[in-house]
Amino acid sequence: MKRALFLIPLLLFLGLAVYLGFGLTRDASVLPSTLIDKPAPDFDLPPLLSGVGGLKTADLKGQVSLVNVFASWCVPCRAEHPTWAKVTVEEKLPIYGINWKDKRETATAWLKEHGNPYARVGFDPDNKAGVEWGVYGAPETYVIDKHGRVRFKYVGPVFEETFEATILPLVKKLRGES
Amino acid sequence: MTRRTLAALTVTVALLAGAHAYAVQPNEMLKDPALEARARALSEEIRCLVCQNQSIDDSNADLAHDLRVLVRDQIKQGKSDQQIRDFLVARYGEFVLLNPPMQTSTLLLWFGPLAVLVCGAIGLAVYFRSRARSVAGGDTLTADERARIARLLDERENAGQDDAGRDGDRRA
Repeated sequence: MKRALFLIPLLLFLGLAVYLGFGLTRDASVLPSTLIDKPAPDFDLPPLLSGVGGLKTADLKGQVSLVNVFASWCVPCRAEHPTWAKVTVEEKLPIYGINWKDKRETATAWLKEHGNPYARVGFDPDNKAGVEWGVYGAPETYVIDKHGRVRFKYVGPVFEETFEATILPLVKKLRGES
Repeated sequence: MTRRTLAALTVTVALLAGAHAYAVQPNEMLKDPALEARARALSEEIRCLVCQNQSIDDSNADLAHDLRVLVRDQIKQGKSDQQIRDFLVARYGEFVLLNPPMQTSTLLLWFGPLAVLVCGAIGLAVYFRSRARSVAGGDTLTADERARIARLLDERENAGQDDAGRDGDRRA
């Protein structure tokens, strides 16, 4: 019994080390979304492009989809962009764009240059919808279920590996839900 | 003090004084000084989510600018500070508040240090009490142990008589 007391500092140290280890390895720049499992927020954005519709809450109902926050000034958005062209075709997954804090001309030119994978693109130059979604940077990607509820948020660029590892399994699961 | 040192000091002090400038821009400010003061006070407790350890009042980030304008817009609409805080928490999460609210998930944060202090105090109390007991209580040996000590002392006494020269520190 007396001898066990000497173990207490060791145990305290191990506890602290594990606790701090978690704190240090966690990416502090990724914040949890308050929207998870809640209906997508109320928003209604005008279209960015002529011929491609704008984006509002009601557009997100009926099928599993992605909402992607992007901007032409955002370098990681450029990096993840090829992913969307691929998955919209291969997985038949509609992706809706929120063009965030951008200029119409540059955003239009950017989509012309790199291709437009978005079924709809809402134009949000002054962060109106961004605030409702709790956007704090670009890119951000949300997975929306059939009922228009937000089920997952990914902060940062989605490369193909990221998509296959984190988003695709969820999309398949959500498609199976009634 | 030479004039040169004096001049250098003056410049240093002037630079240091300027270092605590805020990010809020003149065109963001509200006309009513009382409302602007409220906006400033509230902005100081809202975290800039881009820089994370600055308030939106301190930060030059674009998102901080947006939130400063949003706070002022809502103040103009007549919303209370708490309504504005709730609005931001609903969208960005509690992390947006620089002062964590007291609730179940933050109990450890608020009372953790106190708990550590109490544990330490209890530990010390136990230690001192057990030490005091062992000093004051004195004889806590069992009859068996006492008999064994007596036997050992006897043996030592006998051995000591045999070669007293070597056993110098013996006190018989």
